[in-house]
Amino acid sequence: MLEAIELECERGGRKLFRGLSLALGAGERLRIVGPNGSGKTSLLRILCGLLAPAAGEVRWQGRSIESLREEYARHLVYLGHAPAIKDDLSAAENLAIACTLAGRSASSAEISGALERFGLGGSAAPTRRLSQGQRKRAALARLPLSAQAPLWLLDEPYAALDTAAARTVDSLVQAHAASGGAVVFTTHQEAGIPGAKVLELEGSLRV
Amino acid sequence: MFSIARCLVMRDLLLAWRRKGDVGTALLFFVIVASLFPLGVGAEPNLLRAIAPGVIWVAALLSSMLSLSRLFAADHADGTLEQMLLGAAPLGVVVAAKAAAHWLVAGLPLVAIAPLIALQYDVSPALYPVLALSLLLGTPVLSLVGAVGAALTLGLRGGGVLLALLVLPLDVPILVMGAGSVEVAAAGLSPAGQLLLLGAALVVAATFTPWAIAAALRISIE
Repeated sequence: MLEAIELECERGGRKLFRGLSLALGAGERLRIVGPNGSGKTSLLRILCGLLAPAAGEVRWQGRSIESLREEYARHLVYLGHAPAIKDDLSAAENLAIACTLAGRSASSAEISGALERFGLGGSAAPTRRLSQGQRKRAALARLPLSAQAPLWLLDEPYAALDTAAARTVDSLVQAHAASGGAVVFTTHQEAGIPGAKVLELEGSLRV
Repeated sequence: MFSIARCLVMRDLLLAWRRKGDVGTALLFFVIVASLFPLGVGAEPNLLRAIAPGVIWVAALLSSMLSLSRLFAADHADGTLEQMLLGAAPLGVVVAAKAAAHWLVAGLPLVAIAPLIALQYDVSPALYPVLALSLLLGTPVLSLVGAVGAALTLGLRGGGVLLALLVLPLDVPILVMGAGSVEVAAAGLSPAGQLLLLGAALVVAATFTPWAIAAALRISIE
């Protein structure tokens, strides 16, 4: 489904990686590991099309993602470092807006169900009052509603999560892969996702 | 696609409603700037009547500038902007919705307040409709052109000042036509020419700036 060919990434005059190729098929999970500053986030941003690679190309089902744009965007969910949560809105409002932006309408029952899975059910308080981990959960609550999107790109999904929420993420990722989706994620922690391929970025290349 | 645009406008209005202070300061700024001139210039009615359209228009320009720097910055900071770029709607539609919401919050109230300000300048009530109409046609252009600048200066240090330096010169034709329409009407002539030009500027801006804003955002977000 997803192919990356000879990717090269340069940030702030530093080459982060070069000649990086990867291919991801249905049901596969790829875990990207590497020290801080090795380009994990940059690689994810290149894969979802937010960042243009210095060289190389990303292809989705054989076509370059640059020519696909919104069509590609419909096929993916990207959860970045920043949670994309508005402080002044409640978790449910945030989730409803995120779903509409992504072109999927979610009923309020689906939304409260998704929040329930992450232990945020019934809270109408603005997310400003929530803790860091709870805000992360509110962002991750998009995943149960995103089963139709075949490709998930998750940047540090486990950061700031407690064990219970991390297990929920694990089970969502496994279920998504089992139903034919592909998942790319970055993490420092040992993730409870057996069978995931591992891509190691070594840190800055010396050129 | 239109449901996404509507959702974004409603979201921005809801956010503005929950943060009434931010909206209020921009409007209060408009009122205060426009009220300072009679105090500084002196209470000579003929002079005040002559400078009124220009002062009100400049104050509107500065007030819309105040809220522009936040137009994309908040969404950029919390990651929502990335989600918009990866959304199902073309980015041009998304940014047009953002600009529309900015106008509803920062531009439309000025149209309503302007006649009250004009009262301080002893402007003849017959000119209020012309003043309001010129602002109604001109302030959306300010929001659209300003959004291009906001997108270009996104994430830059000292972006607010740079934004003003970039956008204010581009707003000059709007200022000239907007204030001019009221002056022409005050002289007893028909303001139709200036108002039609403002309308044309609005059509051109609404057609082309969304794509310029989208392109600028794609560059800024890298």
